Amino acid sequence: MLEYTPDRRPTGGLRLPAHKEASTAQPIARGFVPRTLVLALQQHQGPPTTPVVRRGERVLRGQVVARARALRSAAVHASTSGHVRAIEDRLVPSVHAVHRTRCIVIDADGEDEPLPPGAGSAWPEDPEKQLKSIRDGGIVGLGGGVFPTAEKLGPQTPCKVLIINGVECEPYISCDDMLMREAAAEIVDGALIMRELLAAPECIVAVERDKPQAIEALLEAGRASGDASLRLADIPTIYPTGGERQLVEMLTGEEVPSTHYPSEIGYICQNVGTAFAVHRLVRAGEPLLSRVVTVAGDGIARPQNVETPIGTPIGELIEFCGGYRGDVDRLILGGSMMGYALPNDEMPITKGSNCLIAAARTEVRQDFSERFCIRCGNCGTACPARLLPQELLRAARDNDHALLDEFGLTDCIECGCCDVICPSHIPLTEVFRNAKFAHARYQRQEVFSAETQQRFRRHEERERADVQRGKDLQDQIRHEVETDEPARQQAIEAAIERARQRRSQDTDSE
Amino acid sequence: MRFDVAPGPHTAPIASVPITMRRVLYALAPAALAHVWFFGSGFAINFVVATVTALAAEAAVLRLRRRPTRVPLNDCSAIVTAALLSFAIPPLAPWWIPAFGAFCAIVVAKHLYGGLGRNLFNPAMVGYVVLLISFPAELTQWIPPRMGDLDYQHLAFLAHLSYSLTGALPTDVTVDALTRATPLDLVKEGLRSAQTYSEIRAGSLFGGIAGRGWEWINSFIALGGLYLLYTGTIRWQIPIMLLVGLLFPATLLWLFDPDRFATPGFHLFSGATLLGAFFIATDPVSAAESDRGRLIYGAGIGFLTYCIRTWGGYPDGMAFSVLLMNSAVPLIDRYTRPRIYGRD
Amino acid sequence: MLIGTVVLAGLALGLCAVLVLTDRLLPAGRDRVAEQVESLLPRIQCAQCGYPGCRPYAEAIAAGEADINRCPPGGEDTVRRLAEFLGREVVALDTTLGSASMNRVARIDEHNCIGCNRCVPVCPVDAVVGVQQTIHAVIAAHCTGCEICLAHCPVDCIDLIPRDA
Repeated sequence: MLEYTPDRRPTGGLRLPAHKEASTAQPIARGFVPRTLVLALQQHQGPPTTPVVRRGERVLRGQVVARARALRSAAVHASTSGHVRAIEDRLVPSVHAVHRTRCIVIDADGEDEPLPPGAGSAWPEDPEKQLKSIRDGGIVGLGGGVFPTAEKLGPQTPCKVLIINGVECEPYISCDDMLMREAAAEIVDGALIMRELLAAPECIVAVERDKPQAIEALLEAGRASGDASLRLADIPTIYPTGGERQLVEMLTGEEVPSTHYPSEIGYICQNVGTAFAVHRLVRAGEPLLSRVVTVAGDGIARPQNVETPIGTPIGELIEFCGGYRGDVDRLILGGSMMGYALPNDEMPITKGSNCLIAAARTEVRQDFSERFCIRCGNCGTACPARLLPQELLRAARDNDHALLDEFGLTDCIECGCCDVICPSHIPLTEVFRNAKFAHARYQRQEVFSAETQQRFRRHEERERADVQRGKDLQDQIRHEVETDEPARQQAIEAAIERARQRRSQDTDSE
Repeated sequence: MRFDVAPGPHTAPIASVPITMRRVLYALAPAALAHVWFFGSGFAINFVVATVTALAAEAAVLRLRRRPTRVPLNDCSAIVTAALLSFAIPPLAPWWIPAFGAFCAIVVAKHLYGGLGRNLFNPAMVGYVVLLISFPAELTQWIPPRMGDLDYQHLAFLAHLSYSLTGALPTDVTVDALTRATPLDLVKEGLRSAQTYSEIRAGSLFGGIAGRGWEWINSFIALGGLYLLYTGTIRWQIPIMLLVGLLFPATLLWLFDPDRFATPGFHLFSGATLLGAFFIATDPVSAAESDRGRLIYGAGIGFLTYCIRTWGGYPDGMAFSVLLMNSAVPLIDRYTRPRIYGRD
Repeated sequence: MLIGTVVLAGLALGLCAVLVLTDRLLPAGRDRVAEQVESLLPRIQCAQCGYPGCRPYAEAIAAGEADINRCPPGGEDTVRRLAEFLGREVVALDTTLGSASMNRVARIDEHNCIGCNRCVPVCPVDAVVGVQQTIHAVIAAHCTGCEICLAHCPVDCIDLIPRDA
């Protein structure tokens, strides 16, 4: 495998303190079996799955508990053995916020009994069936986007480059780094399987320069695989270069148009964790049962990476890491930039949960007082989407939707760079997040209004046409009446004549 | 366990307005000390008067506008304005000169436009230009630098203070005896009266490159500017392009006719060139907002300054150029918007 | 000094005159104003303002004949936007006109509909479908909640429900 350095600098972005030393100091902890599982039916972007188990039923590790019925869906499996306690609505973390959704709750029996060997189907030959197998294996994008992997590997668009994303640029998160160090060969294998599926001519593994061990391990694995299409790109450590659009620009120089997904212009990005999961599914027949989760922050006794069964309640995972230490100010799911604070630790780890930060007061933002914008423009310099956040802020606070469009509100990726660098401590990201909702509502309204106006216009035209047609008909009748007057007179006279004759006949016959 | 929630990003901010302003003050300190060394205590008195007036005016306006006073007062922006204004005022100015300048800067240029962040024009330069136009005589009272071989006469601190407050000088001293034209004045006047540049700079006030004393003060200002660049407080676009915009025509014309045009070195180390490049034009509020816009903004100031110095009615033109380019900022901003990622 | 004063004052006066004249002689095309006013209205054609549709109301506003507070579905928000655009005072919404809201849609009670076909032609946006002697239905995605059909139903079988229900 060839290592190279892309010759482009990322647009905008920030160098942030990494906070990854503590969690990368020891290998991934394995063999953790929780007491309870909370398996949400919708852990992916797409329609929810349908449960196929009943209350009280015993399930085994690897058994499907909810099936993917729609194409853009991904099955859910029991990640340990136990009994189904309930199927009920619960609060579950999803991509951007906590959602209430239906969950299968399982009391684990601690035996962690797997399905009997051979129960899982072998990797099929037919590509169509291979995709179905990935869907049934419950594999989704593990970088946090949880987009169903089968959907991304489908044959819709020709793929130019398959990008394996190991750019874990957000502070605190180190699960991908640790996985690359420990399972580089498996990741490379998974990448090659996906490359085959996509018939991609090229495959680039992108890793940040501050992960020398991961790079070393991947190079080793790449050499061992002997595949010439594989390349490893080392990327400067600048947040948020790991974002799909940013990474595509960095690696290829091409920008993904606002209106498109990267896959639509031929670049498929897959997270290293996803590559690992694909490898497990294809080589060992094991569906997605667990993922590596970084447990970090000053508020945790033993920060580390844990191979966590999907559905583990967060509290149990924290307990496994030695519990809380000191005063925990905030419990953050995800990194410290794009993650969000959880109201409690009873929610489960889902397929998209990559990091859990139990943050002490000293390591998170406390000052929420804001000053006037001094137009320093640092936000614009830091913005990876090349927006002008200070202008957007003004437009958002004025509710000026035309300006919001012009300054590209919908192109904001909510990375938080402008927010962190703002000397006036303006909560830009939060303002934009809220403005996006209001803006979407406004746009829907505008579309509706325009359509309504059209319908009304057509209605009016038709009415006018109806009236016109009525008039025309009247005119026609009058015209006919006028032009045919003599003939009519004749006809009348003829009729009178006939009637007279009839009458005379009648009287004759009497 | 339950937790409080807060909106992301959770990473604490890595910059703040008071820190930025304080860095600007630190960066000005060496040049201020050099100023006091070469030109006596006038600068210190002007600075104190300007600062007190600026803070008082700011507090008063904020009170009138029914705004909280504590946060804006401790962000040091008024002190930075006062400091920049003090560099522009001659040491022998009476006390009401810096006071009136600071008042105009804070009340007119800053708060009448909506306060910090809303002002269209650079407050310190507005204050200075008001003074320059209203009190031209007082603003020419520059004195020769403290240089061993020069015929200089500096007032002691107390004498200076009493002159500043009451206008009274010690019995044997007159204002005319104390003041001397600045190198920029001399060059302007000399060239106008058909002297060649080399004849003018043979005068005793000139050093190797530019005015004696001024060379040092401006070197310290450049040093402060480098500190601001190093700490990321300012970005390179404005200062570099300002210097390019000034020095490029200066070099060209000087090469064309070294007798009638001053050397680029003289322009670099005279007047407000370096102060303007690193401290005045870089005021974020009144500058262009995008990187590309700042290139144009900086170059415009440099070029206009050169034009005013060479063909205009004033010996230096930094303040006018800054204000002119300030008024062009909305236009520049409009035409230098960066192209959004993924859009045409 | 005197000359300067005279020149500047003359200039100011002259330019003022030009401004006034252009304002008088080149009216900002009433049609264009009406168009922009219309774009500020919700354009759901409910006719509660007393005009037969949003365009006629917009034209009346542009001509200065109508108040800007006669649009119940637009609410205070629309009044504010109109006031800002036209440079008029913000006035309170005229709440006597009606209660139409874009958040509601009409629904026909199928048990009571007699298929009289009276509501179909009066719907300004053709959101009611059906022919004589059959039960009618409302296309919820097209309905603007204007309440016009309510008055035309002889058996009172149309009511308004929240849009997303």
